[in-house]
Amino acid sequence: MDQFMPLWEVFIRTRNGLAHRHVGSLHAADAEMALQAARDVYTRRGEGVSIWVVPSAAITASDPAETEMMFEPTGSKIYRHPTFYKIPDEVGHM
Amino acid sequence: MYTQALNVVTEKLGDSEAEQRFLERIDAEERIEPNDWMPEAYRRLLIRQISQHAHSEVVGMLPEGNWITRAPSLRRKAALLAKVQDEGGHGLYLYAAAETLGISREEMVEQLLSGRAKYSSIFNYPTLTWADIGAIGWLVDGAAIMNQIPLCRCSYGPYARAMIRICREESFHQRQGYEIMLTLARGTPEQKAMAQDALNRWWWPVLMMFGPPDHASQHSEASMRWKVKRFSNDTLRQKFIDATVPQAQFLGLTIPDPELRFNAETGHWETGPIDWEEFHRVLAGYGPCNKERLAARRKAHEEGAWVREAALAYAAKQKQRITQQAA
Amino acid sequence: MQTTSIVFQGSPLAHYVLARADDALVLGHRLSEWCGHAPILEEDLALTNIALDLIGQARALYTYAAELEGRGHDEDDLAYLREDRQFHNLLLLEQPNGDFAVTCVRLLLFSAFAEPYWRLMRASSDAQLAAIAAKAEKECAYHVRHASQWVIRLGDGTEESHRRTQDALDTLWVYTGELFETSADEQALIAQGIAADPQAILPIWQNTVNAVLTEATLQAPSVSWMQTGGRRGLHSEHLGHMLAEMQYLQRTYPGAEW
Repeated sequence: MDQFMPLWEVFIRTRNGLAHRHVGSLHAADAEMALQAARDVYTRRGEGVSIWVVPSAAITASDPAETEMMFEPTGSKIYRHPTFYKIPDEVGHM
Repeated sequence: MYTQALNVVTEKLGDSEAEQRFLERIDAEERIEPNDWMPEAYRRLLIRQISQHAHSEVVGMLPEGNWITRAPSLRRKAALLAKVQDEGGHGLYLYAAAETLGISREEMVEQLLSGRAKYSSIFNYPTLTWADIGAIGWLVDGAAIMNQIPLCRCSYGPYARAMIRICREESFHQRQGYEIMLTLARGTPEQKAMAQDALNRWWWPVLMMFGPPDHASQHSEASMRWKVKRFSNDTLRQKFIDATVPQAQFLGLTIPDPELRFNAETGHWETGPIDWEEFHRVLAGYGPCNKERLAARRKAHEEGAWVREAALAYAAKQKQRITQQAA
Repeated sequence: MQTTSIVFQGSPLAHYVLARADDALVLGHRLSEWCGHAPILEEDLALTNIALDLIGQARALYTYAAELEGRGHDEDDLAYLREDRQFHNLLLLEQPNGDFAVTCVRLLLFSAFAEPYWRLMRASSDAQLAAIAAKAEKECAYHVRHASQWVIRLGDGTEESHRRTQDALDTLWVYTGELFETSADEQALIAQGIAADPQAILPIWQNTVNAVLTEATLQAPSVSWMQTGGRRGLHSEHLGHMLAEMQYLQRTYPGAEW
């Protein structure tokens, strides 16, 4: 069986002013070929002006089993949101 | 281009607490993401369906690819080339979606090349004339769209996202095919005959693309429960027939079914019986082109092995050079 | 007996444009043969993108050649109804795809010429050609990059890939002389500032190719003879087969619309 071609994650900036966004993945032997493949696979319809490719193995992800521990405590900190504070309507937009 | 209802997953739904929570998320129309807990059967069903879908895209490049070098005008040549390229891209997106479930592309390709994996039966039919390119775009892609649009809301996030991208890109495929049919149908008598002949050969195999009839399809239940599949085979098939019959009439072509009739009460077109023996025969490997399709994929894979090895060997050398420089 | 074939009858400029259209079509056609059969799925998409660029260039050039000819032909008449002796593409481009090494080396040898060629042509005194050049230059620049990166990997990859790539280079090198030929008609177009002078491109081409070959650990072959004839309609046996396939429908059903 074949040796495995590494997997890369592809991020594309659709136009200047926007952040790079994850669009998918592909296989390539090295970074340069991954970049070219990303161009040929993910920007065939003028979808981008800039590409990042990142080895999938280089990504460290949070564990979904820990979602509650990671993200629920923030839910009770409602004072971080503007709607927490009562300002009379007469003051106008703030 | 297409996924087909081929899965034979008959798992029973479990009732553990984790599974209950999983089902609640499905019911709430939440998307399931790669590392989330999921029942093993759900993972298996998805791997099988997404990889079959990917294989179908990649094998699907072959029948249309058969006419790239013979396309009758430069405009048609460019459009066909772009379309076949899209199929390759769609196979690639789908392999990537399946890889998020813990299977590698190499494993999936190996399953295809060894003949263990299935792909849509439609690609085991030959493209004999240029009109077949029109018929495939119009009918095969038309059937694919019917099936793929609901998959954009599939419960598994990466599959749904791949489908959204695919559906957006495929929007030109069916129009491309119908335009070819229209040109032929309004062309010379030979061209019109070519178009009719293509419709005659593709009509029934295309209806089979939606999979066995609901009463004979034992594996839809889990798929529907998990919101991978949202409409039954027969529902989608009927939707396709109702949409396609008027398009054939507009072309002035005859659908090769003497029993075809419009039921004014239900508002649906009704067809004669589909030859399911043919469907099972083609799936079992006895379609007109099963051997050629797999042989072509194997050849590309084997003849490409030294290229992939070279690319990896070069990457390894480069890495070593950089390490040596740093030392 | 009636024939569906046409013979192109135009000015030296029209013929010049036609030959460049033939280059783009013939190589685009060859690359399109890979679609569905490449060594890795990513490469099916890459080679097809290049084929589509070239077919696009061919269409623009044929349309312009037909306009210059002024006899009511269109791009498809020129592509589908001329016989092989009427084609004026470079011999290099009609060579069969061979293995992936042959395809990559051929693409490198041509694109390393085409990129600087179109860059110079942006300054052509012919506005149409200059406009086509502006688009083609960017496309060919990417073709050089893609072909170079593959040739480097294949040359400096494994023993087998090195051998295959060196073989490809040895086979194709004899067709590179034709890139730099000019006919008397072309000399006149160069003098008028319409056509780019291949002699000005030669050192650029050598730089590009040599740099890639060095990195790829490949040897430029030394040959005592360069093949020639494509520009005069004297082709290898391969072109006839390619055209027979490509033109089959137009030939079988003369006058039909597709």
